[in-house]
Amino acid sequence: MRLLTHNMLACNIKGVTNGYPLRLEAEKWVEKEVDFNADFLRGAFPKIEWPALVGAVRSLGCHDLLPQDAPNPSALDSDDDFLRRFHRALLQLHVEEGALVCPETGRRFPISKGIPNMLLHEDEV
Amino acid sequence: MWFLCVFFHRLLDYRRPEVESLAELFGAFEPMEDGSPVRPLSLEWNLPQNHHIDSPFHFVNLPSEDVARNIARRSMLVKGIYELWGEGITDDDLEKAIRGFSDERKLPYLKPESSFRITVDNFGKVTSFQEQNERIRGLSYIPFKGRVDLRNPDHKFWLMEIDDYGENNGLPPVVERRIFFGREVGAADRKLLPTYQLKSRKYIGPTAMDAEIAFLMANQGLARPGKLIYDPFVGTGSILVAAAHFGAMTMGADIDIRVVRDGRGPDCNVWSNFEQYGLPKPLSLMRSDNNLPPWRSGLKEVFDAIICDPPYGVRAGGRKSGGRKLLKGAVDPYTVPEEKRFNHIPSTAAYSLAECVNDLLELSARMLVMGGRLVFFFPVLREDVVTVAQFPEHPCFTLIASCEQILSLRYSRYLLTMVKTGHYTEEISELAGKKHLDFRENHLKWMEEGNLHSAVFSSSDAQNTKSSFDRDSKPKYRGKYV
Repeated sequence: MRLLTHNMLACNIKGVTNGYPLRLEAEKWVEKEVDFNADFLRGAFPKIEWPALVGAVRSLGCHDLLPQDAPNPSALDSDDDFLRRFHRALLQLHVEEGALVCPETGRRFPISKGIPNMLLHEDEV
Repeated sequence: MWFLCVFFHRLLDYRRPEVESLAELFGAFEPMEDGSPVRPLSLEWNLPQNHHIDSPFHFVNLPSEDVARNIARRSMLVKGIYELWGEGITDDDLEKAIRGFSDERKLPYLKPESSFRITVDNFGKVTSFQEQNERIRGLSYIPFKGRVDLRNPDHKFWLMEIDDYGENNGLPPVVERRIFFGREVGAADRKLLPTYQLKSRKYIGPTAMDAEIAFLMANQGLARPGKLIYDPFVGTGSILVAAAHFGAMTMGADIDIRVVRDGRGPDCNVWSNFEQYGLPKPLSLMRSDNNLPPWRSGLKEVFDAIICDPPYGVRAGGRKSGGRKLLKGAVDPYTVPEEKRFNHIPSTAAYSLAECVNDLLELSARMLVMGGRLVFFFPVLREDVVTVAQFPEHPCFTLIASCEQILSLRYSRYLLTMVKTGHYTEEISELAGKKHLDFRENHLKWMEEGNLHSAVFSSSDAQNTKSSFDRDSKPKYRGKYV
């Protein structure tokens, strides 16, 4: 599971209102090459919840990869180094095993073989 | 610029829409003043005199030869796009037309230092080698100065004709003979198909999408580098493989975790299908329920296209969360005991087509960018007289293509292509809900669980007495079956 996916997912148990961001508990993560596409990154940037992405990156131990505060969107055009880091954080860090934990209920959504299992139990629907 | 566009004689309904989608992909349409390519766009088409719409020969107006070449090369169903030098009913007509065609356009392709080839092609009939040679010699009035090269010529010329050869050429009767001569501008690369055919793919399921159709779907979805394409019913990934081939980034979800996570082992799963063709793997695969998608609130307009084949219950039925199968020893109201929560496998409930389509439209309305495309299959019983009004609708979407593929006497599936032309808001969502209720009302009988399956598979005796379905009223030629 890439951090792009983490950024998009929330706990959708019935009645939960603060199901985002999910706390990332990674037991195993790897880095996977993805083709660099600047246009894609520029399109994705405004849709990203920055604090959630930074939190996820830091939970993997990559403390210096991204700045705490979202940079000005102009950095996407002018700062190639930033674009590369953003690319790495969003698309290349890949959680293989672990869990996504709902901040409100503590419900654990397991990640196994890189696939988050977001399906709800019968009594959560 | 008008071109002769010759199609393969397959998937007849899909042919023009594919060209139109690719025309948009390769920039054939001027953007609107505000830069948005959102309005439904279409090309100008013509048919040769007396030709039926299912004829392989069409004329199409495209802005440039480059656009025409790009379209032809990327398409699945265009046999070739040609600069037409002449056409006619008889060889004399053709000669007159070619002689009349401007030298300015002809001479650059006839130069001594170039090489060329002429192919003789008869639609619906095999032409003997000898006859082909005679036909080519008959063109001696064209001043070819170049060298003949059959393997790898600079310029490819085609002499094509169609005539009434009796009943079996798969078309309504041809009224009169027609001959075309033109220079090939571009042709489809069907070599893709043997590479991607399902029988040599490692991991497939019972409803894996045929490679040709998957490529057509990817073309309808305008897949290209830098675009993000999502399939909410990803299964073994057969649709995303096609999208990834055209360079798009992909994401998929499925409710069946065995399919997306495990496959048939570490070397035979959804990921390995991408590896097999050297394609970039999906950015994300996850297990989730299309009925209750786990997207954070506020997330919208992230996908450029959503392409899928929803489970409509003919070959595989849909499932959603909210099953009510009680655990052993448990009593209602439903709870999962604490000690069983870890690795609990929730039971699922049946997911009717009506609900599934409604969820898909809602999800797409929210998650597609403006101008993004929703491409999906929709089943239709063939006893119904199909009109556009019977397809599902949503106020955010404009239907731009509906392409029928007949699967049996009883039912066919339509590939629907919709463009997001309206912004998604709460009010729109409410309005869509009402529209959906009307739609559901009208289609209740077969969109509920199991009904479509029984309508397609029930024994024919029962069917005949119940319906006024008349085999003879259907067109006899096989066009739409191929």
